[in-house]
Amino acid sequence: MTTTPVSQQSLKPTADPVAGTPRPRPGPRTGLRPLTALGAWPRRLAAGTRAALPLAAALLIWYLLTANDVVLWLRFDKVPGPVEVFHTLKGQLTSGGYYQDLLASLRRILLGFGLAALSGVAIGMAIGRSRVVHALVRPLIEVARPIPAIALVPLAILMFPSGEQGIVFITFFAAFFPVAVSTIHAMKTLPKVWEEAARTMGARRLSVLAHVVLPGAMPGIFSGLSVSMGVAWICVISAEMISGQFGIGYYTWQSYGLLDYSGVIVGMLSIGILGWGTAWLVERLGSRVNRWLPRNAR
Amino acid sequence: MSAGARIRLEGLKLAFGDMSAAEVDLEVRPGEIVVLLGPSGCGKSTILRALAGLLTPTAGRAEVDGEPVGGTDTVCAMVFQEDALLPWRSAARNVEYALKLRGVPRGQRRQEAAELLAQVGLEDFFDHLPGQLSGGMRQRVQLARTLATRPRVMLMDEPFGALDAQTRSEMQQLLISVWRQYGTTILFVTHDVDEALLLGDRVVLLSPRPAVVREIVDIPGPRRPGAQFEPEFARRRYEILAWLGDAPPAELSPEGA
Repeated sequence: MTTTPVSQQSLKPTADPVAGTPRPRPGPRTGLRPLTALGAWPRRLAAGTRAALPLAAALLIWYLLTANDVVLWLRFDKVPGPVEVFHTLKGQLTSGGYYQDLLASLRRILLGFGLAALSGVAIGMAIGRSRVVHALVRPLIEVARPIPAIALVPLAILMFPSGEQGIVFITFFAAFFPVAVSTIHAMKTLPKVWEEAARTMGARRLSVLAHVVLPGAMPGIFSGLSVSMGVAWICVISAEMISGQFGIGYYTWQSYGLLDYSGVIVGMLSIGILGWGTAWLVERLGSRVNRWLPRNAR
Repeated sequence: MSAGARIRLEGLKLAFGDMSAAEVDLEVRPGEIVVLLGPSGCGKSTILRALAGLLTPTAGRAEVDGEPVGGTDTVCAMVFQEDALLPWRSAARNVEYALKLRGVPRGQRRQEAAELLAQVGLEDFFDHLPGQLSGGMRQRVQLARTLATRPRVMLMDEPFGALDAQTRSEMQQLLISVWRQYGTTILFVTHDVDEALLLGDRVVLLSPRPAVVREIVDIPGPRRPGAQFEPEFARRRYEILAWLGDAPPAELSPEGA
């Protein structure tokens, strides 16, 4: 009986081989839940209300403190109130310069962050997977990492032909390390069995990287990307304040120079909202890519 | 292509650093199911890993159909104990990846994956992620994925070890029916004596680390339905258990066979 099955020359099955085996029954869940179901809207509305509540409370406190010129060690008598800021904002919204500043900052962020994300993942994977690269590159990264990106402003001004490129470089520099470091860690925590399974099925190096290592590391990579986006905003704004010509950081600093304090607050709020928006985008993309994580899959 | 391949392990020595893990001589006939049985941690799995090309032997040879094992060839496919599926790919896409690695054109992969999954009884679960499947179903997907590479040898590393008794028995039946269909050679590692006696043509008893072949038990009339209720089965089971418990009965000396 041991060698008779060899008579079957083709590996293609000819009959149902599991006719006698009990099959598992389909459960109530027969597929992935669609991402944008109509039923999600009431839930989203509730979530929106919950997010608006603390913001409204902060607005109210701000209004009360400034409208009554409260001086309690902290002095609110010179701080512009919400109404004043609203009027400045309205003025800005109708002027082209404000949008130009917003777009300039967004462009720098997306460029710097995008470059950092790509190179951080690539270099992080190389360091995490190759002992040679680890030995050669890791020391460089460890030395460069503690340097605050803002300390590079003088160097950036010296090196780059335009301030624009310098600012993108500084943003890139700051955003690079969180991505690279979290990618290196993700490489180390990847279950070995995924790669081994792929290799026994005949996967070569590149296939393993593209189909096993990269998707498997995505949860770790995205936690790095979230941190990195926050750091990128800090650095783009600071760099703009020091050496920019446009940009929301430049606008904020310029308003301060012109003693336009409500302009400063308009700038701050704009940064807050833009930062929130980009963080939301990263988060959203991450939960889409990492849909398979146990807490999302169920 | 003939279905099963012949395996020859000749003076195969495996080690982790200075720690010897296994020293094995073994011959497996094409299309045979050979079960490696030994105390846990004895190095059973390392033997499979060497055959899969995941571990380089320190001495000796491992041959599949006369060709030395090396690197990544799909002649030997491995089924792991658990969670070897790519969790971000659905059941069907896990199988499709194996098909892609075999070089099946993109257009045919879905169809072939569907056929393979239907063969292991998962026709209603194509789009489920591994995290949405039970342990038994995940092992079914793994079996389908392994079959997708058209292996001539299946190396199974305690594939049903994490399953409950009922599911395990279902999986053993499924494995046998798939094996009858494909006729691949199977090298099966377990520490479950019943499983070994139910599946194997021969059961290889290994010593504690470093794993050395101590005894090869031939199973006459293997995989007979209801075999586990016969006195012969019970006797063999007792002998092997006694041997594993380090108290060999007189008629089964460690030097035997």
